[in-house]
Parts: sequence; structure tokens; C-alpha cells
Amino acid sequence: MTSVSVRDLSLNFGAITVLDRLNLDINHGEFLVLLGSSGCGKSTLLNCIAGLLDVSEGQIFIKDRNVTWEEPKDRGIGMVFQSYALYPQMSVEKNLSFGLRVAKVPQAEIDKRVARAAEILQIQPLLKRKPAELSGGQRQRVAIGRALVRDVDVFLFDEPLSNLDAKLRSELRVEIKRLHQSLKNTMIYVTHDQIEALTLADRIAVMKSGVIQQLADPMTIYNAPENLFVAGFIGSPSMNFFRGEVAAKDGRSVVQVDGVAFDVTAYPARAKLQPGQKVVLGFRPEHVKVDETGAGDAAHQAVVDIEEPMGADNLLWLTFAGQSMSVRIAGQRRYKPGSAVRLSFDMGVASIFDAASENRL
Amino acid sequence: MLNLVANNSTVTEHEAVPDRITSGPRGAKPRRTLSRRNIVVYGTLIVVALYYLLPLYVMIMTSLKGMPEIRVGNIFAPPVEITFEPWVKAWAQACTGLNCDGLSRGFWNSVRITVPSTIISIAVASINGYALANWRFKGADLFFTILIVGAFIPYQVMIYPIVIVLREMGVYGTLTGLIIVHTIFGMPILTLLFRNYFAGLPEELFKAARVDGAGFWTIYFKIMLPMSLPIFVVAMILQVTGIWNDFLFGVVFTRPEYYPMTVQLNNIVNSVQGVKEYNVNMAATLLTGLVPLTIYFISGRLFVRGIAAGAVKG
Ligand SMILES: Nc1ncnc2c1ncn2[C@@H]1O[C@H](COP(=O)(O)OP(=O)(O)OP(=O)(O)O)[C@@H](O)[C@H]1O
Ligand SMILES: [Mg+2]
Repeated sequence: MTSVSVRDLSLNFGAITVLDRLNLDINHGEFLVLLGSSGCGKSTLLNCIAGLLDVSEGQIFIKDRNVTWEEPKDRGIGMVFQSYALYPQMSVEKNLSFGLRVAKVPQAEIDKRVARAAEILQIQPLLKRKPAELSGGQRQRVAIGRALVRDVDVFLFDEPLSNLDAKLRSELRVEIKRLHQSLKNTMIYVTHDQIEALTLADRIAVMKSGVIQQLADPMTIYNAPENLFVAGFIGSPSMNFFRGEVAAKDGRSVVQVDGVAFDVTAYPARAKLQPGQKVVLGFRPEHVKVDETGAGDAAHQAVVDIEEPMGADNLLWLTFAGQSMSVRIAGQRRYKPGSAVRLSFDMGVASIFDAASENRL
Repeated sequence: MLNLVANNSTVTEHEAVPDRITSGPRGAKPRRTLSRRNIVVYGTLIVVALYYLLPLYVMIMTSLKGMPEIRVGNIFAPPVEITFEPWVKAWAQACTGLNCDGLSRGFWNSVRITVPSTIISIAVASINGYALANWRFKGADLFFTILIVGAFIPYQVMIYPIVIVLREMGVYGTLTGLIIVHTIFGMPILTLLFRNYFAGLPEELFKAARVDGAGFWTIYFKIMLPMSLPIFVVAMILQVTGIWNDFLFGVVFTRPEYYPMTVQLNNIVNSVQGVKEYNVNMAATLLTGLVPLTIYFISGRLFVRGIAAGAVKG
């Protein structure tokens, strides 16, 4: 049973088409993250699901009920905004209960639900305070509480953590994950922080200019990106790309890049490679090894430009095959700038894209 | 590594100039009170203040003198013998055209015009502004354009058509008619004011309230109103002073028994029979100006805050 289903959804602001025939099915209890660069239409999609924007075309189903024309309050959704959007003149308690009071829920029931939400989110001591007297993290907790008290099926988050500092963000991230595990609600979560996306999501939808580029679980998105955009967008530093051409050398299939040959016999989908085809090779920084022993291919010689020690690991920026690339190695292995190293590439986890269509092969 | 080097260098410098920390400038930079800049600034302010305050001073002084003293004395001299006679006369006995019961009648007329006009125009304009800013209904842009254009049409052009409309409605010459006129003419600028203020409030607040199930009126009364006190004060000041000081509409759209205070003041000051009673005229003028003046004093600070908030967010 799907919890939220978006069918052929289009949305235009006047002449600008922000979403174009978008389809998305979200399972019950699933944590779906919408990830994409700024302005790609994530908030717009979320607002359409919430009913805050009238769609131009298409349908929205929540719990198998067509809610396309329904008011936000009737859709069984709760929403948490980036700027918290707490009502400034009301106390935390009144903020939490506002929706219930509007719906004329009996006072006893309101008290019960507010107490429960306050307990889950650990904000009992703050109930009498005004939003201005809370810290950013506390405000966001209250904002989540406001969705919580309404007992909704679907939670919508629009970049809820991006106004918080790094430490608080990672704390609340864990809390949201815990909340999801205990409530088992459907959650749709917009972010452009890929760490948030990778850690929280059951599935990630990577968006670009209103189109979903790939919808898959985080590991698939990370290891087997569907196209060049997804490959470049996910991962920091991003994947190393090499443009080259498929050729045959000594009876083996290789990709020739600027005079350097990559043996691609270990690539899982090598059958799709046609000789003469222009392709883009992609390696994540941690999928390249730096050999000290001198093993590996003698042709894969690189020069260290800069190293960025990060504690747990060490990021090397190298010049290889006439371009700059990054390699992640263990933190205790250090190299002086200018030293020559030999690289070996793990073809089993590499990605190869067709240069023309930019899709994965 | 870098840190160490920096530390070293401070140590050596410290040794070379041992009392650099104790001897140099420290704390807040001293400011001379009588700098050239201050003289220019305060001088200008004082001159400007005098320019505005002097007429007020002359009026108050004159209004407290008897007629004989006015004829002999110079206008800047304070009264030798203080009398409140002119104030009483201006309020209760001065002749305004036909009847001689002073400004009191005009005062109450003005109150009966200003209070409802202010309340109605602000209520309607704030709802208009809220609807325009947050609900973006069909035709909102057209409606807004018409309002803005309305703000630029000179009043004089519309007077005659409005007289006809009011007459057709049967309210020409009554207080109701005048209240309607004031409400309509206040609408463009007030709606603009409220629209900009509401548009400056965070949009997500409005969305959150909608998700919470609040409708048009609940959001207006429970969310928007409590956040908008400054702009309501601004609107109130604009309307009260504007309507209280109005002369033209008062003359054109009402009959003598409903004349507002400003019109009566004019009739007192410009009356041609008898001697010119300067002290009564001055007292009458001050009485008429008292209401806007009080409003400014009470709400001046809120006014500034509201304007500033509008300017920053609008
Ligand atoms: N009211 C509007 N009128 C016209 N265009 C709009 C409106 N709201 C959004 N857009 C446009 O729609 C596109 C998508 O906006 P949206 O807010 O969904 O982006 P987003 O993915 O949420 O970005 P961000 O990560 O910055 O929040 C943008 O190009 C934006 O300029
Ligand atoms: Mg957004």
C-alpha cells in the first residue's frame, strides 16, 4: 500500500514550469529524502503534497485517497519548516495546541496529546515559554511537536535543520531518525545536505530542475548513480571523472584516457561497452588505492599536489592523466607535495557513463 | 605549527616594547562634546526646532492674554495677567457663522466623523491588505493596480461625482456620507501599507497556520493581528490626523450643523463682523490642533517603530 502517491504532477508559475509530469510513490512508513540543488523544485513539490500550492496538472493520493483538491488540514499531513514558523505571540504550549484548538478537539484530549508530544521531544520545561525565548534547536523541536500532536500519517520536512549549527544539526538528525523508528510514519524530507540524505533516508530522490533523476536507496545512489548528474552531486569531494574512449588492447577491453589505458574487464556491465564509444569513467576518491610497493599498473603514475589531513582519513589531491583528482587514504599515511605515487583503480565499484547521453552503462 | 610561530613573534615584540599594552590608548575612544561636527549638528537642530516652536509659543502666549494687552504689547512677551477667558469663549461662545456656541459642536462632530471613519477604514484596509498579501485570489493583481491608481487621482476631480453618488444614496449632507467618503479615500494608501506589512511577515508562518487547519478569519485574527500592532498604530495615526485635519470634504459633503471642527475654526477666524479677537482665534486654533498633537505624543514611538518595521520588511 502506498502512503503518498504523486501522479503526473505538473506545476507552473505563470510561464515557468517548475515541475513537469512528476511521478513518485512512497510506501507506508518510508523515510523519503528529496535531494537536489537550490531551486530545483523540492519545496514546490512538498508544498504541492501539503496542499499549499494548487497543482497545474496531475493528481496526489495520500493513503489511497485522492486529495488533489483538498485543503491542507484534510490531508492528514504535518509540516515542519526551515524557519520553524512558530507563532511568535503564543507560548510553546499554545503553539503545539493551535491546530487542535482550531479543530475544536476537547480540552482533555488536547492536554493529553500536548503532554505526549512534549515528552517525546523532551520539551516539557519549555511549555510556558514564548518562541523568542528558545534556542534554535528547541524551536525546531517545538515545530516538530506541532506536527506530532496532530496525529498525522505523513510528516513533511522542508530543510528543518539548515538553520542550525553543525553540532545541533547532527544531534537533531539522530533524533529525527529515532522519532521515525518509534512512530513509523511516512516522512518526506527535503534537504540539500547529502549527509542528512544518506543517513536518514530509506530512499533518496535526487532532483534536478523539477525532474527526479534517480530514486533508490542511499547505497545504490552512492555506489551506482544512474547518471552523471547524480554521480557528481552525491559525495564530497565528488567523484573523479575521466573522459575517454573504449578500445581493445591485447584482446582486452580498455578505456583510453589521455594516453592512459584503464582495463575495464572487471567492470560488471562491460558487455555494454562498444569499441569506439565515448564514455566517462567515474571513481569515488575512496575507490582508488595509492600503492607504495610499486605494484599496480606502471602507467598509472600520479603526482601529489596537496594533502588535506582530516583526522580519520587523508585526502590527497593528485595530478593524473593531465587533470586533478582526489583520493581518500587512511589518516596516518602522509605524502609530501611533489612526491610521485602509483594508483590502482577498483574497476568493480567504478561507474561508466555514456558521454553523449550521460547515463550509466 | 602556525600557531607556535605566531606566539613566538608576540613574545619578542612584547619584550622590545615592554609597556606597549599599559601605555597606549585603551578602552572607549574619548569624544569631544564641542567638536565642530557637534556644533553644526546641534546648531542646525536648534534653529529648526525654534523655527517650528516659535509660532506655537506666540499662539499659546497670545491665547492667554486679554485683548487690551494684545493691543499694546509685543507678541513675544509673556502675558502679564494670565486669563483663560479666550479658551472658554473659543470652546463655548464664539460665533461660527449662524450659531454662537463655540467650537464644542464642531469638536463633537469631528469625533463622530473621525472615530467611525478610522475604525472602518482600518478594518477594511487591513483585511484587504491581508487578502492581497497572503491569499492571492483571482484578480488580486488587477484589484491592487486599481487601488494604486486610485491613490494618484487628485481628490478634486472626484468631488462632484461623489456628491451625486451620495445624493442618490440619500446620505448627502449627513455624517454617514462623510464617513463613507473618508473610508473610501483612505483605502488605497492604507491597503498598500497593510499589504506591504503582511507581505513582509514570514510566509511560512501563514503556511504553518493553514496546515494547522486555520481558515481566512482564524489566521487573520489569531496569527496576523497579534503580530501587527505597530502597523495598526501607524494606520491609526495617519487616519486620525488626516481625517481630523480634513477641511475640504467637511465643507463639501456636510451641512452646517455637521461641520467638523476645522471648518468651524475657519468660520471663527475668518468671521468679518466685530473686532478680531486674536486671543480667541489662537485658543480656537490650539484647541483644534490638540487631538492630533495628543495622538503624536502618545504614540510617537510606536509610530516610528511601525514605519521602520515597514521600511525594513516591505
Ligand atoms: N511563487 C513563485 N513564483 C514564481 N516562481 C517561483 C515561485 N516559487 C518558486 N519559484 C521558482 O520555482 C523553482 C523551484 O523553487 P523551490 O522553492 O521549489 O526550490 P527548492 O528546490 O526548494 O530550492 P531551495 O533548496 O533553495 O529551497 C525556483 O526556480 C523558483 O525560482
Ligand atoms: Mg526550498
